[in-house]
Amino acid sequence: MDAFRVVSTGSLTTVQDLGRYGFIDRGVPPSGALDLAALRIANLLVGNPEGAAALEITMAGPVLEVLCDAADVALTGADMDLSVNRQAAPMWRTLRVRKGDLIRIGRAGSGCRACLGVTGGIDVPLVMGSRSTCVKAKIGGVEGRAIRKGDILRRLPADPLRDPRSVLPDVIPAYSADIVLRAIPGPQEEAFAKGLDTFFGSSYDITPEADRMGYRLQGPPVHHDEGFPQSIISEPTIPGNVQLPADGQPIILLVEQTTGGYTKIATVISSDIPKIAQAVPGNRVRFQRATLEEAHRVCREQALRMQALEAHLVPLR
Amino acid sequence: MSHLFEKPRIRLSGDRAILVEYGDAIDPAVNEKVRAMTALVKESLPEGVEAVIPAYRNLSILYNPLVTSPDRILPHLLGLEARLREIEVPKPRTVEIPVLYGGECGPDIGFVAEHSGLAVDEVIALHAGTVYPIYMIGFMPGFCYLGGLDSRIHTPRRKTPRTLLPGGSVGIAEAQTGMYPVDSPGGWQIIGRTPLRLFAPERENPFLYEPGDRIRFVPVSSASYNRIYEGEGR
Repeated sequence: MDAFRVVSTGSLTTVQDLGRYGFIDRGVPPSGALDLAALRIANLLVGNPEGAAALEITMAGPVLEVLCDAADVALTGADMDLSVNRQAAPMWRTLRVRKGDLIRIGRAGSGCRACLGVTGGIDVPLVMGSRSTCVKAKIGGVEGRAIRKGDILRRLPADPLRDPRSVLPDVIPAYSADIVLRAIPGPQEEAFAKGLDTFFGSSYDITPEADRMGYRLQGPPVHHDEGFPQSIISEPTIPGNVQLPADGQPIILLVEQTTGGYTKIATVISSDIPKIAQAVPGNRVRFQRATLEEAHRVCREQALRMQALEAHLVPLR
Repeated sequence: MSHLFEKPRIRLSGDRAILVEYGDAIDPAVNEKVRAMTALVKESLPEGVEAVIPAYRNLSILYNPLVTSPDRILPHLLGLEARLREIEVPKPRTVEIPVLYGGECGPDIGFVAEHSGLAVDEVIALHAGTVYPIYMIGFMPGFCYLGGLDSRIHTPRRKTPRTLLPGGSVGIAEAQTGMYPVDSPGGWQIIGRTPLRLFAPERENPFLYEPGDRIRFVPVSSASYNRIYEGEGR
């Protein structure tokens, strides 16, 4: 059924779900929401399965006119001004909207990417198992592109919740301009016996070249040890891999890339990818060395927190 | 000299992937090992393994850390490797790709011929006379990294890349040959074009080949090119 008409677009809004992981070996990037925690919570707040498709809104949001009789929406992630019919509305809770309502999502005050969940989830065709948009490959989402003024966005049929929900305030992240990312050395850490100290001991600025493919950083250059070539035989890349081209400036690879030929000094742990998703140019990044065991412990803790969150949703009536 | 490692080298690629490396060079023997291991792992995916991605000399194994860990996956891999000699690994498939060489579809074939000191017909015969292993697919959906281009037709990239190559373009860049699955900019010397859709996301199988398959280019006339093109449902 029809859900929204796009009255005006923000800077970049795409349909995303948990991603398309079945075809990486054929060169299809995984895509998916960059801040998966925000996606999951947005879906929880409207009663959807955690992987339902939502809108990922970058930096500045769209204005949407509601086309269906009634639905729930919830906005999570980057802190954006939100209003319904020009009345300020809170993020991180269920909002009941009705036909003709105007949802206006403004600029991000802090953070970079917000997720708008809607009852049933956004209904676009499943492409190779996912609704995620990959703009580069022109697949998924709305015709393989960002949403545009005039688009009609559909949702899958589902009933709105009986009672709106909210999360406990401590669940809502505070986005800092100084970001610490935990990273595991490798896969090619042996090329940087000296460089690892620089890498883990320095602070890097996020440059304007930062998107869903990757974030380019700038700071003290990390050089390859003598005798190690700067490029390797091309191989698959994983979201979070930090590659180092010849200029020694790190690039964090994200979800719209499948292969690369530069050496990778370290890999950001998967639980910290949402922090990158919320980072904007001018923020500073420091890498903190982590072990595989620590990273897996953090994954388990995060999964438990998400379960607890579900159990402790606050009914608002 | 063999580039095969005696024992695979294991690398961590974050907390959800390991890289299992079987050699340190672009070498048919190394890639054959990768192909065989990929086939075996995929036959009975260990619990929690989400993807197996073969490349030139290694395979990446993506896993869900809430379900499994490298400590559980690696013994399984070593067990499979020990059985490699007894198990019959399926032979690679050869996928035929029809190509209209030269003319509008292959504007750089004259340059390749001149650079190689060969006639255009000889370039076509050499290019279509080889069966190329797919070492890896990446960069864009369906883009193959192929091995085995005859050294007589190795040709440098164009000085100025083209801003738009039609999907299906077949080209040469240094020691590589390959196909652009979808419209894209590119600097390869373009010698022909296939009428097949190499990436059709709405098709039940969006792709015509997978890593480990082999590709043979089959020269076709412009009449058959048009006939196949019409049948591809663009």
